[in-house]
Amino acid sequence: MLENLSTKLQKTLRDLRGEGRISERHIEASMREIRMALLESDVHFTVVKDFVSRVKEKALGQEVLGDLMPGQQVIKVVRDELTNLLGKETIDLKMSKVPPSVILLVGLQGSGKTTSTGKLAMWLRNQKHQPVLVSTDVYRPAAIEQLSIVAGEIDIPVYREDGRDPVQLATQALQHARDMGFDVLLVDTAGRLHIDMELMEELERITSAVNPTETLLVADAMTGQDAVNSAREFNQRLDLSGVILTKMDGDTRGGAALSIKAVSGRPIKFIGVGEKYDALEVFHPERMANRILGMGDVLSLIEKAEQVVDKEQAEQVLRKIQKNEFTLEDFRQQILQLRQLGPLEEIFKMLPQAGPLKGLDKVQVDEKQLGHLEAIINSMTLEERAHYKKINSSRRKRIARGSGRPVSEVNRLLKQYVQTKKMMKKASKGFLGKGLRKLNFPI
Amino acid sequence: MSIFSYQEQPGYFKRLKEALKVTKDEISHQMDQVMGTADSPITESQLEDLENILIGADIGVETSLAILERVREETRGRKVLSGAQVRRMIRDQIGVILQASQEVDPGTRSTTRPRVVFVVGVNGVGKTTTVGKLAHLFKQEGEEVLVCAADTFRAAAAEQLAIWAERTGADIVQQGAGADPSAVLFDAMAAARARKKDVLVVDTAGRLHTKTHLMEEVQKMQRIAAREVEGAPHEVYWVLDATTGQNGLNQAREFFKTIGITGVVVAKLDGTAKGGIVIAIARELKIPIRYVGIGEQAEDLIPFSAEAFVDSLDL
Repeated sequence: MLENLSTKLQKTLRDLRGEGRISERHIEASMREIRMALLESDVHFTVVKDFVSRVKEKALGQEVLGDLMPGQQVIKVVRDELTNLLGKETIDLKMSKVPPSVILLVGLQGSGKTTSTGKLAMWLRNQKHQPVLVSTDVYRPAAIEQLSIVAGEIDIPVYREDGRDPVQLATQALQHARDMGFDVLLVDTAGRLHIDMELMEELERITSAVNPTETLLVADAMTGQDAVNSAREFNQRLDLSGVILTKMDGDTRGGAALSIKAVSGRPIKFIGVGEKYDALEVFHPERMANRILGMGDVLSLIEKAEQVVDKEQAEQVLRKIQKNEFTLEDFRQQILQLRQLGPLEEIFKMLPQAGPLKGLDKVQVDEKQLGHLEAIINSMTLEERAHYKKINSSRRKRIARGSGRPVSEVNRLLKQYVQTKKMMKKASKGFLGKGLRKLNFPI
Repeated sequence: MSIFSYQEQPGYFKRLKEALKVTKDEISHQMDQVMGTADSPITESQLEDLENILIGADIGVETSLAILERVREETRGRKVLSGAQVRRMIRDQIGVILQASQEVDPGTRSTTRPRVVFVVGVNGVGKTTTVGKLAHLFKQEGEEVLVCAADTFRAAAAEQLAIWAERTGADIVQQGAGADPSAVLFDAMAAARARKKDVLVVDTAGRLHTKTHLMEEVQKMQRIAAREVEGAPHEVYWVLDATTGQNGLNQAREFFKTIGITGVVVAKLDGTAKGGIVIAIARELKIPIRYVGIGEQAEDLIPFSAEAFVDSLDL
């Protein structure tokens, strides 16, 4: 398996400590590692080449700072440069001063345009906009039907008219939006190959007919080296305003993001992170840089956690942990919160895959089991939850019956709880990083 | 002279070649630029350029390096080397990798009736279209085809498949949106038997290989298939989007491990994407490639031939 770049670099540059400056000799090996890692992440080879020479230039001659290991220092250069290339900051959607704004979604077949149209519509509605949708995909069987169903599921109006001409459909939809007072029109288009001249010209005609405020390229994050070709072609023909990177919930490194940004110069605005319609997130360059480097996404995780974790409650738990008063009831609360965070495997993927957390992204978590744990604790009396030592064998049997789980599972849970209690005590003394402590994981 | 003989299927070869023309032109052009009319031993910088060309085709770092290592060995100490010679070496290496995976399983069709074919893959690779094209292909071969709309998750997936069924003259079994895919499959298997169909092609929902519960869903469908018809599913085709990069290998590993895919279908090979990741997949997992999709029409799915593929790449 691919070792993550940051670990590799630290290894390669370990011996550098104590030397005054980072020199050419030191850096050769690490540049090779960087090149390999980026290529393995599907960044286009020409983009990699430019990137590596820029990093080399920046890293060379830097003084080896006291606190930072040379490896970390090079990683920092790489990460900064990646972030730079991906766009320094998050860029919002433009809206037309005179509504309705028109957002055109274009891309290759199967990149996720229709799903993204639905997700974006929902996102816009949450921002207090009133979107209306239209599909101009008259080619793929049931494509128009698909958007209508999506619209129905999220309860957003869709403009539908019998017609075989995509340009006319878009124009009529725009008029409809104006007449009905919608402030955003989302135009879902047919998937097409960038070398299909006829269909590319059709997109140009749609563009001149509805004059979109935003033209977003919907691109699959798993795309390989070809990402540059399609991004370049779409951008040359349509003057893209941004990119939606889809299917980021898999295990792709998403190097295509870098390629697309490098050849089109257009910012990535959103990423698709799941099959549900609320699984659309605003793009954060620095987080993507970390992902490409294999350094995890602690920031997103903390953000997510903050949404579900009650701060006061969390602090209370932390105090309890410090005093070693962490009860089974607290354990239950933790499980509840954890389940609210979403599928655990995705959470683990956000953690840096290094040090004590290495390999966590491979951990398979059975969500059902969490439910079982909860059921078992629910079958305990409040007193039992506060004083686990009271739970003798007859109580265990009763709890097992109450929760419908075997006694062995009750035993296992109690064991886990005791272990967690111990671990948390340690953790509170600084074994885990700040970010993690904030989360209060029962792991 | 080619070491392969693909002449038995000139029609297929011509179409594959046409589909890959963009790729071919680009790669051979790059190769020519790198090698030129070299009359000296191959240099490190030339090797690196070749590596970039292979990586640029999504073949991946590891496989590209392995291929070039052989080239390095074979050219060691040889003075006169033309671009054409080096290209031939690389070409043959790829041919050997693909050929080896094809030989693992020659792909003889089960004679059980109905033969059950699953089509699986991540989201948006072209599963439904592939099912439609397979239905057409099997029909052309004189088989009675039933398709099963077991993608009950994606909006209008069943409607899309129904249109393909109509186009190709296949029967379809479907249920409402959100139905249990295993239940739809169960119905389809009963229908296939009752109507004495030769083949049942099952369209499944797109699933990322990292989502355990979705992978388990297919495992359950496999169990049901096996219970209803002996040896089913007889084929599990995994569809790969030709534009996919290195993540294709992760996908293939997971699908191979949990679902036991029997063949690869490379979809969307008519763009500029090279589909080189199949070479890395063939090398590591030895899963044979069965078909390639080269267009949007029903007949745009053609049996894969390693010889034709490599010849068309014209490395």
